[in-house]
Amino acid sequence: MVAVTAEPAVAASDIVRMSDVRFSWTGRNAFSLAISRFVLPARERLLLIGPSGSGKSTFLSLLCGIIAPQSGRIDILGTDITELGASARDAFRAEHFGVIFQMFNLLPYGTVIDNVLLPLSFAPQRRRRATARTTAEAEGARLLSRLGLEANLARGRSAANLSVGQQQRVAAARALIGSPELIVADEPTSALDRDRQVAFLDLLFTEAKEAGATLIMVSHDESLAGRFDRVMRLDEIATSEPGAAS
Amino acid sequence: MIVLRLALQSLRNRWVTALLTVLAIAVSITLLLGVEKVRTGARQSFADTISGTDLIVGARSGSINLLLYSVFRIGNATNNLTWKSYQDIAARPEIDWIVPLSLGDSHHQFRVLGTTPGYFEHYKYRRTHGLAFRSGKPFADLFDAVIGADVAAALGYKVGDPIVVSHGLGAVSFVAHDDKPFRVAGILEKTGTPVDRTVHVGLAAIEAIHVDWQSGARVPGQSISADEVRKMPLEPKAVSAALIGLKSKLATFRLQRAINEYREEPLSAILPGAALQELWGLVGTAETALKVVSAMVVATALLGMVTMILTTLNERRREMAILRSVGARPRTILGLLAAEAGVLTVAGIALGVILLYAALLVVQPYLDTTYGLHLPIELPQPGELATLGFIALAGCIAGFLPALRAYRLSLADGMTVRT
Repeated sequence: MVAVTAEPAVAASDIVRMSDVRFSWTGRNAFSLAISRFVLPARERLLLIGPSGSGKSTFLSLLCGIIAPQSGRIDILGTDITELGASARDAFRAEHFGVIFQMFNLLPYGTVIDNVLLPLSFAPQRRRRATARTTAEAEGARLLSRLGLEANLARGRSAANLSVGQQQRVAAARALIGSPELIVADEPTSALDRDRQVAFLDLLFTEAKEAGATLIMVSHDESLAGRFDRVMRLDEIATSEPGAAS
Repeated sequence: MIVLRLALQSLRNRWVTALLTVLAIAVSITLLLGVEKVRTGARQSFADTISGTDLIVGARSGSINLLLYSVFRIGNATNNLTWKSYQDIAARPEIDWIVPLSLGDSHHQFRVLGTTPGYFEHYKYRRTHGLAFRSGKPFADLFDAVIGADVAAALGYKVGDPIVVSHGLGAVSFVAHDDKPFRVAGILEKTGTPVDRTVHVGLAAIEAIHVDWQSGARVPGQSISADEVRKMPLEPKAVSAALIGLKSKLATFRLQRAINEYREEPLSAILPGAALQELWGLVGTAETALKVVSAMVVATALLGMVTMILTTLNERRREMAILRSVGARPRTILGLLAAEAGVLTVAGIALGVILLYAALLVVQPYLDTTYGLHLPIELPQPGELATLGFIALAGCIAGFLPALRAYRLSLADGMTVRT
């Protein structure tokens, strides 16, 4: 049950600390997950390997506070988010998390810049940080150009007309805007070919480092392992079992 | 701000289904309001069939029966009003004018009404409208006839044409008053009342064509020519009914009671307005049926909208997961979907109202001239506004159905779409 981790003793600068977390889905897709201990130090780049069905998305939902565990603690930036109500968790996520999905990351009918600025609508602190020196639009354009997208792409063009590679960069810009502390990426490179995977990761790492963000990426693909500070298998930290129903 | 803009863009992205939904709601609104317009218009036109007449007098019968044969030319008088009684009533001091009506003959499918020239002066419809002559003039000669607009249109008559009146009311009558033909002296303007379908002749002419008849058949061997009849006294023995105008409305009930208690023969005097209301009450069930049908059409349109939003929910789960990942609360997603339903409903209502007025502008003159149905083009009445408000509310409430489903889906989906 207790997963062996290569972690030293708990440091004050840890971004995430989970202990004795238990969660089970109810209903048709009954499935439960137990995490006895998981620690993520600040500014670390962690790759979490897990085949599909191993509870990756449940783990991410718990981490982001979209679902609340039945028991245990999830400390993020010193706040136990299991103590927060659902709305407070949503607000907390908006302020401190940047999320990149596997694909279909963007709202296809929205313009590129609206997609990038979307998180600021729910996060006043992030908006303040993003607009400390300039306007939100300029900050979005700056991020996009740093990620290698021309400025004229940002305005007017709807996100549906972009290539997959361009879409992932826009998604990265959306995750990075307003400098959230934690970037969570759910297989963001799986839709890209090998060269583009590497290029995208380099960009993401550079920007995360620049912003001082901690990065956790979940993937079933171990070939990228060499580029991360640390690699863990999901089954090292969590035990999952299919529910009685399935 | 961005969220609202994205929600609108999401709707625009699905513009075909959204437009069809708005159209369905709009058409249902147009239908609902249109039915209401026609209903009130028909009721008003019906109530306006006869105006300015204070009392209708006939032999004792029910008020609806008297109204039906004297005004609508439907059915028959069960009994007649003797000429003596008529003259007694006419002599009363309260009377401003009195017009006799004598029914019983027909011309093709149209009724023949024996009356006096006063009829054209005193018969009013739609409150103040009087009968106007499109061509010709009231009858001057004994065998002159004035025909309604529908009679002229159906039979293609013009002033000066000869017509032969049939005895009785059958459409194909075997006994015609062919020995005493009439001449069309005047054609009336369209009124939208039973006057349009009536052949009017002088009261004396009715007497004249029956002078050699007895018990509904020509007396054998006794034929009196049209020229001979002109020399005879043509005072009628009885009439079917009479329209009365009073000098003062205050005398209406007094005279009504006096006539109802008339000793010489059993008579009835009715108030046309009250009798019209009573008659309309009989067809009121149809009115309710119309209302129910159009309410169901609106309900169907709203159901269609709910179905449309529900079917798009599955494709939009990704959209909702993205919104959730950037910190949108499930409540926000619920609000967005409910707002979408609200926007669609309000757009449908607005378009429906525009369609209604466009349709009214087009068909109003046609309905007026063809069916005598006058639909006023006016600003929406308080009742209609209340109905529209109620529908807008119902649309928003219906929108909560898909919104609640989206809420539950986004709670269950979390960051990824669970299938």
